[in-house]
Order: sequence, then C-alpha cells, then structure tokens
Amino acid sequence: MRKFRYEKRTDVSMARKILNPVFFVLLAFLFCALLLGAMGFSPFAVYGKMISTIFSLRGLTRSIEAGLPLMFTGLAVALGYRMNLNNIGADGQYALGAIFCAGFGLYGPPMPAVLKIIVMFAAAMLGGALAACIAAVPRALWNVSETILTMMLNYVFLNVLNYLMYGPWKELNQMVAQTREIDSSLWLPEFGNTGISLALLIAVAIAFLLWFLLKKTTWGYQMEVIRRSPRAAEYAGMSVKKNIISTLCLSGAIAGLAGFAEVNGVLHRVQADLPNNAGYTGIVIAFLAYLNPLSTVLVAFLLGALQISAVAVQITGVPSQVATMIQGSIMLFVIAGEFFIRYRLVKVQKGEAA
Amino acid sequence: MGELILEMKNITKTFGSVIANQDVCLKVYAKEIHALLGENGAGKSTLMNVLTGIYRPDSGQIFCHGKEVSVNSPKDAVDLGIGMVHQHFRLIPTLTVAENISLYTEKKGFLLNPAKMQKRIAECSRSFNLEVDPAAVVWQLSVGEQQRVEIVKLLYHGAEILILDEPSAVLTPQEAQDMFNVLRKMADSGKAVIVISHKMNEVLNNADRITVLKDGRMEDTMVRKDATLDRLTRAVVGKQDYKEHFRTQKNISPDVVFSMEHVCAKNDRNLDELKDISFDIRRGEIFGIAGVAGNGQRELSEVIAGLRPVTSGKIMADGADLTCASARERREKGIALIPEDRLETGLVPDLNFSENIILTRYSSSRYSRKGFLRFDRMRRDAEDYTKEYEIRHGGFDLPVGLMSGGNQQKLLLAREVSGNPKLIVAAYPVRGLDIGAADMIRQILLQQSEKGTSVLFISEELDEIFHMCDRIGVLCDGELMGIRNTSETDVFEIGQMMAGERKNSEKEASSYA
Ligand SMILES: Nc1ncnc2c1ncn2[C@@H]1O[C@H](COP(=O)(O)OP(=O)(O)OP(=O)(O)O)[C@@H](O)[C@H]1O
Ligand SMILES: [Mg+2]
Repeated sequence: MRKFRYEKRTDVSMARKILNPVFFVLLAFLFCALLLGAMGFSPFAVYGKMISTIFSLRGLTRSIEAGLPLMFTGLAVALGYRMNLNNIGADGQYALGAIFCAGFGLYGPPMPAVLKIIVMFAAAMLGGALAACIAAVPRALWNVSETILTMMLNYVFLNVLNYLMYGPWKELNQMVAQTREIDSSLWLPEFGNTGISLALLIAVAIAFLLWFLLKKTTWGYQMEVIRRSPRAAEYAGMSVKKNIISTLCLSGAIAGLAGFAEVNGVLHRVQADLPNNAGYTGIVIAFLAYLNPLSTVLVAFLLGALQISAVAVQITGVPSQVATMIQGSIMLFVIAGEFFIRYRLVKVQKGEAA
Repeated sequence: MGELILEMKNITKTFGSVIANQDVCLKVYAKEIHALLGENGAGKSTLMNVLTGIYRPDSGQIFCHGKEVSVNSPKDAVDLGIGMVHQHFRLIPTLTVAENISLYTEKKGFLLNPAKMQKRIAECSRSFNLEVDPAAVVWQLSVGEQQRVEIVKLLYHGAEILILDEPSAVLTPQEAQDMFNVLRKMADSGKAVIVISHKMNEVLNNADRITVLKDGRMEDTMVRKDATLDRLTRAVVGKQDYKEHFRTQKNISPDVVFSMEHVCAKNDRNLDELKDISFDIRRGEIFGIAGVAGNGQRELSEVIAGLRPVTSGKIMADGADLTCASARERREKGIALIPEDRLETGLVPDLNFSENIILTRYSSSRYSRKGFLRFDRMRRDAEDYTKEYEIRHGGFDLPVGLMSGGNQQKLLLAREVSGNPKLIVAAYPVRGLDIGAADMIRQILLQQSEKGTSVLFISEELDEIFHMCDRIGVLCDGELMGIRNTSETDVFEIGQMMAGERKNSEKEASSYA
C-alpha cells in the first residue's frame, strides 16, 4: 500500500533552491561516514581534514584555482543548454583553446607583452569556437546530433593535445609531457601572492555579461524562444540555424578561454591531459546552477573546493579512491536531491482512491 | 436520464488571485450528454481538471456513485472511470495509435507485444463503431482522427464518465455531427458524457442538460426542453443586449495589395498540397477562404507568411516580388499571420504575457533599442492589450500556457493586429472563442479593414464568411474551385464548390468589381 505520493511543486522559492542541496550534501556526508566507518577509517578525522583544508586561506585560493577552468566550462555548457544544445565537447574546446593560446605564446612573433596577451586571449577563444563550429554546422544544416558530434570531437582534440605534448612541443630534456613555460611577461598579474590571477575576474566578468545579455537583450530573447519553441521562433522570423551556429561557437569560445586561464594565469604552460574532464564536470555544474551564469561561477568554485579537499584527505591515510568516492557521493546526492526541489511528497489521505 | 453517477459540491479553486471556480455544483447522470457552456476563462476547463485530478480544489466535495471520493491524480480519475479529452490533445506524435493508447495502462509487461496490443485496441474501437487504425503513426492523422483516438483511449481504459473539452472546435461540422452521434451511442449504453462547447446550436441539438458557468460561478442549469438560444446567449454573454456585427461599411480601393499567381506547394508529408492557386486582394478588402478544414488552408497561410516554400508560382505584395522572401522580410512588408495552431506556432506557452506580445516584433524599435529590450514598453502594451481586448489572465508574469484557450487567442490577435499590418492572414481566428469574444474579434477585423487593412479570412463556418467577406474563394483538395462576390452567390453554391464541384466561370469574380 502506498503511503506517500509525489506532487509537482507549483512555485519553488529561492530558499528551497539553496537549502535543498545543502541538506543533501549533509546526507552524503552521513552516507560516506558510514562507509568510512565500515572500512575502518575515522570519519571525524577525514571530515576534519576536509574542513580544515577548505577553511584556510591556502585552501580557499586553491579551491578557486581548481574551480577556475570549471567556471569557464560550466558557463560554456550552460549557454548551450539555454538553447537546448548539449555541448558535451567543452573538454575538446578547452584543449584546442589551450593549444592555440600556448602555440601563439611560445612560437608567435615577438610583440609587446600586453598586445601578445590579448592575441593569446583571442586565440584561445578562436580555438574553442573552431572546435565547436565543426559540430555546430552539421547540427544546424542537417540536424546531426550535436551531443554525439561534440563528444566524439573531444577524443580528436585531446589526442592532438597529447601528441603535441609528447612530441613536437615537449620541453627539452624533461621527463614530463608538457611544454616549456611561456615568457613571464605574458603571465597574468596576480592578486598579492595568493596565486589567484586576473583570470578569475575574467570568468566572473563573462558570467555577468552572459547573465545580462540573456536577460536584457533581443539576442537572449531569441535564445529563449528557440529553446522553448523552435516552431514559434520560425514563425517570428528568427533564424534558428544562424542562432544554433552562433550559440555553439560562443559556447566553444568560452570553453576555450579555460585554456587561456590555465596557460596565462595558472600553469604558464600546457600539459598532457590538461582539461582533466573539466568539460564533463561543467555539465554537472551547469545543471546544479539551473543554467544561471552567476550561480555557475559559484557552483564551480564549490566543486573546486570539493576536489582539493578530497585530495587533501589522503593525508589521513585513506586511499585516493576513497577520496574520489566521497567526491562522487556528494555530487550524486545533490543531483538526486534535485528531485525534491521540483516535487514534494504528500501523505496519501484516508478514503483516497488507491 | 439514468441514475446520478457524479456530483460535485461547492467546488472552489483559485490560482493566486484568480478565482477560477467558486462554489460550483454539478450533477451528472448516466445516459446523458451534459453540455458545459461559458465565456472564455469562466472556469470550465478548470472544473473538469479538478474532476480528473489534475488540480486539487481548495474546497468542495466530489461524490461518485453516491460515495465521497478524493481525486488526487489523473490515475485516481482513471480508476474511478473518469476520462478526459483535453482542449489541446495530448497524444505523442511520433508514436503509433496503439502505443499512445496503451501508454497509460497499468499492467505493463517488460516486453511489449505490438501485434496483440493493436488487436485489442482494434476490437475495442470496433465495438464502439469508432474507426481508428491502431498501427498508424499519430502525426499523420487528421485532427478528426486524432480526436477519435483520444476517445478510444478513454473507452479502452474503461471510462464511465467521458469529458470532452471543446471537442468540436477543430472539427468540420460533419465531423462534429459524427462525433456527437458516437457520444449519443456512448450515453445510450449507460455512460455519462460531459461536453464543453462554445457552439450554441450544437449544444441545443445534442445535449440533454446544459450548465452555464460565468466568472467561475454556476450561472444557470437547465434541461434541453427549457433551453432556447436566447436564454443560453444571455447566460453566457451577460445581461446586456448581444448584437452580432456584420460587414456594413466598406473602404475598398482598387489597388492590389497582395497577389498569388499559379502557386503550388507541398505539405509536411512532402505531397503536393496547393495546386495552381491564383487570387489577389485589394486594399481594405476582406477575402474569405471557405472550405472544409484540411484542404490546404494551413499550407496556404504558411506559404503567404513565408513559413513554407512554394514549388512554383509567384507571390507579390505591394508590387514587390516576395516569392523567395523570408518570414521576416514578409513581416516587414506588413503581412501578419494568425496561425491556426496558437500554442505550437503563434505563442510560446512557457513564456509570459509580455514576452509573447513582442514575439513577432521583438526587434522593432518599439520593443528594442540597440539590441536591448524595452521592458517598460512591453509592460505598458501588455496592460493596454489586456484592457482593450478584455483579456483575462492571472498576471503578466505567468506563462501564457496557463491562460484559458480563448484568452490565448485574444492575446495572439491583439499582437498581430496592432503592428499596423497591410494584410492580416487570419486562420480560424474565432476558433475556441465564446460568442461574445468571437464577435469582438470579428468586429476588430472589420474595423481594421475599414481603416484600409486587407484581410484573408480563413474559416469553415459559412455564416461567418458570408457576414464578413467581400469575396469568397473556395478551397477543395488544395485547389481553388472558384472565386465569387459575396453579393452574387449563396450558401448553396459555395457548399457545392466546397464539395469539389467546379462552377462555370461566367460568374467568376476574379477581382473586385
Ligand atoms: N494553472 C493555472 N494557473 C493560473 N491561472 C490559471 C491556471 N489555469 C487556469 N487559470 C485561470 O483560471 C481562469 C479559468 O480558466 P479555464 O481554463 O478554466 O477557462 P475556460 O472556461 O476553460 O476558458 P476557455 O473557454 O477559454 O477555454 C482563467 O482566468 C485562467 O487564466
Ligand atoms: Mg478551456
């Protein structure tokens, strides 16, 4: 016999949107505590380490650093979904953006540093846009699934990246598969000696810009109409094809900027496997942020914090797999908990038809 | 009249500040067809949605066979034998009829057995004399056929109480009569049928009892023999005198605003639909297209608006060749379209009122400056439209999908008319409107034409066409059977042409004389 049934919520308050995930994060911690206990680790030691890691200046800056590429890929994915386009290829776009950006930085003609930084910025966007464009055109013209296209292109661009890292671009006389550093004049300025560069401001600025464009302009309006009803968009005289191409390319360009942020702001070089699944994590971020650009930045930061704290707990003796498990559980719980933002459980009343 | 099967007592349902139903009582007996009448937004659909568990009433009780029940979900309703065909059909276009019908059945095995499923559905439909092909894919069916599928779906699930929300709005008069014959048979076999409609004659001819809602309250209820057209009209429209508007003044100038020459076009199934269509429209003229729906009307309106390419022929407006112009260019040339499917094409149901009124003019200087939307203007126009067209809705920020069907239509019309178009293509503009609102819309179109706007008026109601139009073209099977001056023809002749008879051309009114 059913005791409960679920009912769609008609209005979702802001408080619920915030408190609901918090509750499920706590639930995930409880779940992991049981597992940790069963495996013979002390949950208190592990969680204590996580908390002390995050709530320190060093932890904070490292969280931002880890969250930085996720901000760009999250924004890229969110933008695509704003028009019902699944950009699964932020990883590949990130990779090509990094290749273009570092390529110019390392092998481009000499020019004043500021100008060169600007060109590298543009090159990263161009690389990302190009990678996305390869999927966008078939999608717009022949309705080929952009999901499959962008995903398959990930393999292409990641392999191109790794080929360069292990081959022609590899730093001489080094074991690691990475390029040499770009000239220090090309490094983005840091805030004090926190290790946080101007790249963070760029991410935040882009988020604000997107939020503004989506809300206030005819361009954002067109996207909204196309997302909700392509047929009505056509009736209104909008070019759905043009918008698909421009949106996917812009999405790719933003993902490509993750490459710029890493190359000029953090690592100052390119490494093999640089994207490190940031594109896929970006999908999770975009959804948890309800495709809102501003929340995307915040969620990306939180996920960055989760990543570094999960790495830090290895000091307490838990193997890295367990750390990954904690990270995965939290994401899983929050995503599953989404359900309760949209639906509520209602007790079945007496006398109700079963 | 059979036993009392269903009773709704003092049902109240509010949405925020909107009172959709207030203290409504309704009794439904076995073996009867019960008609529900009322203005747009009177709360008819809401009341039925309460009955089928889509909404929960704020207060009130529902009794089924004398026992109090609480219907908390559509599934509960199905279990109680209550089934509903919604105002906008809810079939999945890419699935077959059989798949659509069995979608909601309780006992599902892991493996589907399409052949068995189709056989059972075929049996069910045959036993009620309802012809449907279980293997057909839904998008290929005409609206009338889809309606039958919806009815079979209810019967298949064992519904004892059938509810149909404006079932005849999209049907031809013949199809509507067929449907009522089917419903009569259902009623005779012991079921109860509730039908929502705006068509008085249809109600008077087919219903056993009639209930009228007004502003969410029950206004009147009667058995058929007490019902007259006058009493119903008064209950629906209100106390004030109701007078229909006809074409009286004309302001037609000789210059041609729009013309089509030998236009052919294909339909969605890639078959030839429009065949060699030629006509022209003068400034200030109302040109009617008569014909049974589904004979190329949709394609014709889409071809004019630039939503469908022509395969041959020529389209001209104001002397310019528009044959290859995009939808946008045509809008800029002053061609406005009121499409027949308002929720799929004409409006974006998920967006709110203000966002929908700018749909076809979002980039005009009225609503945008340098690419930025002008929210103040949007808001002001939304308020103006609401007042001017008496649109009822629960607020400017609610999705228009939640507005009542008739009010959606008014919004659509208000938007298309107010862009100062040169030609308004109006496909079934009063479909789903209550008689008051329908007359208001006709009046607006008449006024527009007196101001010099041309109107292409597509309809299947001959009365309406004769009252409104200066010339009438008859469409049958994608061909224009002929064009007549309204003053020189009669319903009989047009009816024959609608049935596919081509008339001798001496009376042909190829252009307005
Ligand atoms: N889900 C909803 N949220 C908010 N308001 C609603 C909702 N559903 C209906 N309404 C409002 O309730 C009122 C009654 O709507 P309803 O759809 O029942 O009218 P109706 O009698 O069926 O009209 P029509 O003949 O135009 O279909 C309308 O003002 C409508 O805007
Ligand atoms: Mg309704």
